[in-house]
Order: sequence, then structure tokens, then C-alpha cells
Amino acid sequence: MTTGALFVAVFLACIVEAVEAATIVIAAGTARDWRSALLGVGTGIGVLAVVVAALGPAVSRIPLGGLRLVVGAILLIFGLQWLRKAVLRASGYKALHNEDLIYAAELAAAQAARAESKRGVSDWYAFTLSFKGVVLEGLEVVFIALTFGSNQHNIPLAAVAAVAAVLVVVAAGFAVRAPLSRVPENTMKFVVGVMLTAFGMFWGAEGAHAHWPGSDGALLVLAPAVALVALGLVAVLRRQRALDAAIQGGTRVPSGVQG
Amino acid sequence: MIAKLRAFGAFWYDFVVGDDWTVAVAVVAGLAVTYGVSRTSSPAWWILPAAFVLVFPFSLWKATRPKR
Repeated sequence: MTTGALFVAVFLACIVEAVEAATIVIAAGTARDWRSALLGVGTGIGVLAVVVAALGPAVSRIPLGGLRLVVGAILLIFGLQWLRKAVLRASGYKALHNEDLIYAAELAAAQAARAESKRGVSDWYAFTLSFKGVVLEGLEVVFIALTFGSNQHNIPLAAVAAVAAVLVVVAAGFAVRAPLSRVPENTMKFVVGVMLTAFGMFWGAEGAHAHWPGSDGALLVLAPAVALVALGLVAVLRRQRALDAAIQGGTRVPSGVQG
Repeated sequence: MIAKLRAFGAFWYDFVVGDDWTVAVAVVAGLAVTYGVSRTSSPAWWILPAAFVLVFPFSLWKATRPKR
């Protein structure tokens, strides 16, 4: 492999990983809270820097599969929660929000959340999503640079290619940030739910040693498939709600529709 | 002290598990089955998408069924 080929290979591989991290960060920032999301990015980069500085080339021995499993599981649970609320709202069920259904435990939870926010993070969802995305994908970028670089005996060039890829994706992320902020809130939350669910399935299954057909390209099928299922469910629930309203006069209160 | 611990636990339960605990259980079970199948020669990538197609509509059905 020539020097140019090494640069291009590392650059392209790192672009893929950086886009995955940027997608999570933009989703968390746009749908939740940018300050907390960026704090998550900063903390994630800090953790990465400490890990790389402490371990050096031994960083490639970190069990990435286990990390993917945990991050994937949490992303999938978060994503399904968001998607569930977005589908309920889009189908009209969320509009039947009933404050009486909010449990006392949730009130206590909110108080605990306020206490946590004193540490400078106002939205732990946004912080956690960004942090996990940056740490996981950042480690993959480091692995790629180390693997390609050490094989070609040119780690500095591989590191430059990796940093260049990350900078390009960060610049692109800033460019799409403003247009995304004009997307309606529930549409954005729907898309975020779809993305988190798709990424969660992808990383979780990889962490559990499953192999996706097409590797990272499977995400390009997985995300639209999740969106199609969710949109289909919105259509079904809208029809069900209209039928129920026609039969019962629309007076019932669904259970489990909260927050 | 107990109230604080309870509030702390409630925060983390709500943060990680959310409105429907069956979704969280299904995710963990789906990952466990994926891991089990991945140890064999059969493909395991389809298990989480299949779990999603089964569990997500069930969770929505629970949320929208009439309150008794």
C-alpha cells in the first residue's frame, strides 16, 4: 500500500465511523439539548484522550465487542422509548395526555433529575447519547488508525488521515445543524427514534457477535426498514383511534400514555 | 435518606427503562438470543429486527388499549 493509498483507506474508514458518531450527536442535540450533547462530546473526547494516552498501542486490546453490546442495548432501549412516544403522538394518542396518570415515583424521579442537573448537565439523555457515541466510534477511529498505520509502519500518517476525516464530518455536522433545527419537533423525535433504534440494533447485534450482511452498509437498510414499520404503525393506530372514537364517542382514556 | 435513595433509583429506572419495562426486557432477551445463535453456524443478525417487529407493536397496543 502506498502512502496515498494508506491515507485514503484510513480517511474513508474513519469517515464512516465519524458519520455514525455525528448522527447520534446531532440527533441528541437537535431533539433534546445542544449544550448537554456537546458536553457529552467533550467528555467523550476527554475520556478517549486519557485512554489513548494511558494505553498507547495497547488500546487495540480493549474488548470493543463488549462495549458495542452495552452501548447498543442502551441505544436500542432509548430509541424504542423515543419512537414509541413519537408514534403515539403522530397517531393522536399522545394528545390524550392525562396528568393524573403521572405516578408519584415520576415526580421523585424528576426531583432527582433536577439534582443531577446541578452538575452542569441539564439533559442526561442528550449527554449520555453523545458521550457513548463519541467514545465508541472514537475508539473505532483509533483502532483503524493504529491497525492500518502499524501495518504500513506509518502511524503518524494514519493519525493525520483519521483526524482529517473527523474534522470533515464535524464541519458537515455544523452545516446541517441549522436546517435541522427548522424540522418540526415530533418529526425530529420520530427520526431520532428511528436512528437510535437502528444503531442500537446494529451495534447490539455486533456486540453479541452477529455479522450483518453488508457490514456497516446494513444500516442503510435497517434505518429505512425501522422507519417503514413505525410509519405503518402510525397509520394503523390512526385508523384504530378513528374507529374507536366513532364507536365510543371518543371519551375513553388509554392506559400507559404518559409524559 | 430512604426517600433520596428511592428517588435516585426511580431516576435511573426512568432514565434507562422508561415507560414500558417489557421493551427493556425484550432488548436484553433479544441480545441474549442473538449471542446464543451467533455461537452456532446459523446467522444471528435477524433476531433483533424480528424482536423489534414483534415487541414494538405490542408495546404500542398496551399504551393505547382502553383503561379498565
